[in-house]
Amino acid sequence: MELIELKNICKTYYMGDIDVPVLKGITISISKGEFVALMGASGSGKSTLMNILGCLDHPTSGEYWLEEREISKVSADERANLRNHKIGFVFQNFNLLARTSALENVMMPLSYTREHLSDKEVKRRAEELLNRVGLGDRMHHEPSELSGGQQQRVAVARSLINRPSVLFADEPTGNLDSKTSEEVLAMFKQLNVEEGITVIIVTHDPNVARHTQRQIRIHDGLIVDGQTSQGGSQ
Amino acid sequence: MRLFRVMRILRTALRAIRKNPMRTALTMLGIIIGVGAVIAMMEIGSGSSDAIAKTIARMGANTLLVLPGAATSGGIGFGAGSSMTLTPQDCDAIIRDCPAVKSAAPLVRARGQAVYQDRNWVPMSIYGTTADYLSVRDWTDLSQGDVFTDKDVRNSTKVCLIGQTIARELFQGVSPIGKEMRVLNISFKVVGVLSSKGANMMGMDQDDIILAPWTTIKFRVGASSSTSTGSTTSSTTSTTSSPSQLYPNSQTSLYPVPSDTQAADNPQPVRFTNVDQIVAAANSTAEIPQAIDQITALLRERHRIRDPKDDDFNIRNMTEMTNALSSTTTLMTKLLLAVALISLIVGGVGIMNIMLVSVTERTREIGLRMAVGARAKDILRQFLIEAVVLCLAGGILGIILGCGGSYLITRFLRWPTETSVPAIVASVFVSASVGIIFGYYPAWKASRLDPIEALRYE
Ligand SMILES: Nc1ncnc2c1ncn2[C@@H]1O[C@H](COP(=O)(O)OP(=O)(O)OP(=O)(O)O)[C@@H](O)[C@H]1O
Ligand SMILES: [Mg+2]
Repeated sequence: MELIELKNICKTYYMGDIDVPVLKGITISISKGEFVALMGASGSGKSTLMNILGCLDHPTSGEYWLEEREISKVSADERANLRNHKIGFVFQNFNLLARTSALENVMMPLSYTREHLSDKEVKRRAEELLNRVGLGDRMHHEPSELSGGQQQRVAVARSLINRPSVLFADEPTGNLDSKTSEEVLAMFKQLNVEEGITVIIVTHDPNVARHTQRQIRIHDGLIVDGQTSQGGSQ
Repeated sequence: MRLFRVMRILRTALRAIRKNPMRTALTMLGIIIGVGAVIAMMEIGSGSSDAIAKTIARMGANTLLVLPGAATSGGIGFGAGSSMTLTPQDCDAIIRDCPAVKSAAPLVRARGQAVYQDRNWVPMSIYGTTADYLSVRDWTDLSQGDVFTDKDVRNSTKVCLIGQTIARELFQGVSPIGKEMRVLNISFKVVGVLSSKGANMMGMDQDDIILAPWTTIKFRVGASSSTSTGSTTSSTTSTTSSPSQLYPNSQTSLYPVPSDTQAADNPQPVRFTNVDQIVAAANSTAEIPQAIDQITALLRERHRIRDPKDDDFNIRNMTEMTNALSSTTTLMTKLLLAVALISLIVGGVGIMNIMLVSVTERTREIGLRMAVGARAKDILRQFLIEAVVLCLAGGILGIILGCGGSYLITRFLRWPTETSVPAIVASVFVSASVGIIFGYYPAWKASRLDPIEALRYE
């Protein structure tokens, strides 16, 4: 069985009397160790899909299997545990804690981890990750003292703190110049190749998508290309 | 392992609290003032209830009266204190053998006229007693002169102490010390003047008093310490001397002359010297029951009484006064508790209000924490601990404020205060509980948020 399997996922927002169907039956499977780009026009439902994949949101209907478990049947606490251990998530709008240093932001998920690491170990890991995203000299800066790109890199570092097996990144290079975005992508590639982490990124940029093995295209709530890994790459 | 976690949670709470110092301070203010006021009031309260206890003790609340039992003969009762069963030796034994008794003194009463030069006056009380009487009555500070001694008692010396009223009425500004005055036609040398005590609970002037060695009153003045004395002073023979009667005095006999009734009632000769009553003071109001028990046991043994029905003595205490004291204290405590409760509720509501605002304000933060793996109970715990830390910090500041305040009050207003450790310990617990009680709802509300909804919250 694949790492991720979506079976006919639908998501409809109910806004008063009007139903807004965003996802209209998504069926995809992603195997362990893949590096996937999710592409589509703005408003096509990429972030919505990512939230479902990240166990943050519930689909209206359909099945989502992650590591052979049907997520809608998993308890809220267990889902929190999955988000903490298995999944790294980079939000489109970073979502860093305001007035909190980059270092603390990166360390934060570890305070909800069941196996308890020593303070020293936690700090060491966070520093290592910040160095890796090139923010070794900005550790004690608060988000308001960082540029958009730097904030994005803090968010990436945070998503990696618990050594996830899947990384979801919603436009991780949206705010970065081409050089930094190359660096971040190279890092994702390295994580994918060296540590076997499955990486799924959302992007508009074909240059970014070119780094990946497979591109999934979503249009108007439906997958139009790249449904399976075989038929993916042109 | 657990410790790491607790430390981390505490640190997160402290960080959140530190982020908004002004608001934190204002939030805690309710608790600070509440706890501070309670501590200060408890300290002032226990200080002043000590002072009240002392005052009431001075008013005689700890005093016990031991009266002889009622004599009956031929079916005729003579009322309380009409038999002659108490001896000065009983009094010595009480002092010696009753640990709950602070001091005791025998009392012999007389009534009559006091004369100095051309003035005369009928004192309310003329008591024969020992120097211990003053300690029983908490009256040891004299305004002039000295107390008569045990030697004076043994030798029936004709010395006396006079109260302020007597000093005023008879001596009128002249120092009475060393002056000779006549009491019931016996010449007494004034050795001391008592300090002013004012009226007692019944409104009787307590300064209208002459105290002399009981042996002098009993044997030289010849107070009729017999069936007719007892608690009813009115029945005591009042000897008002007219000039023609000054010498010889019919009552100047060394030994008591039995009255007719007495002679009829007690055919046997009186073998011992009796006193009208014994006054004793318990160590404290709380020890009054023990003192009563000890005196009862002692006197039963000394008087060889087996059946409590046959008791030949009565012990009276100032129950009303003691009750007044204890009801004052309990009323005060209840009042303080009510004030404490109200102020802490007000403080708690303040905490709850701020915590609710904080939860709303930090909705996105909560969403994010949930998104990276915080469970509902982690969020609940975080906010609960924040509230408790706020309250505890407020409580500790309040304790410091309260202690400081009561110190300043002692220092500058000279009110008696007393550090109350139970109040401090209780304050810590109460402020923590306030944190839990009033922090629970906001924390629960936070934990119920949906991660994705919370992240979208603007
Ligand atoms: N909470 C919501 N309530 C109602 N409609 C929503 C909600 N969230 C998203 N939508 C709608 O769902 C559609 C898809 O949104 P989504 O954020 O998934 O787009 P996207 O593909 O990520 O776009 P972009 O590339 O701009 O980030 C949009 O039309 C949006 O209006
Ligand atoms: Mg999006």
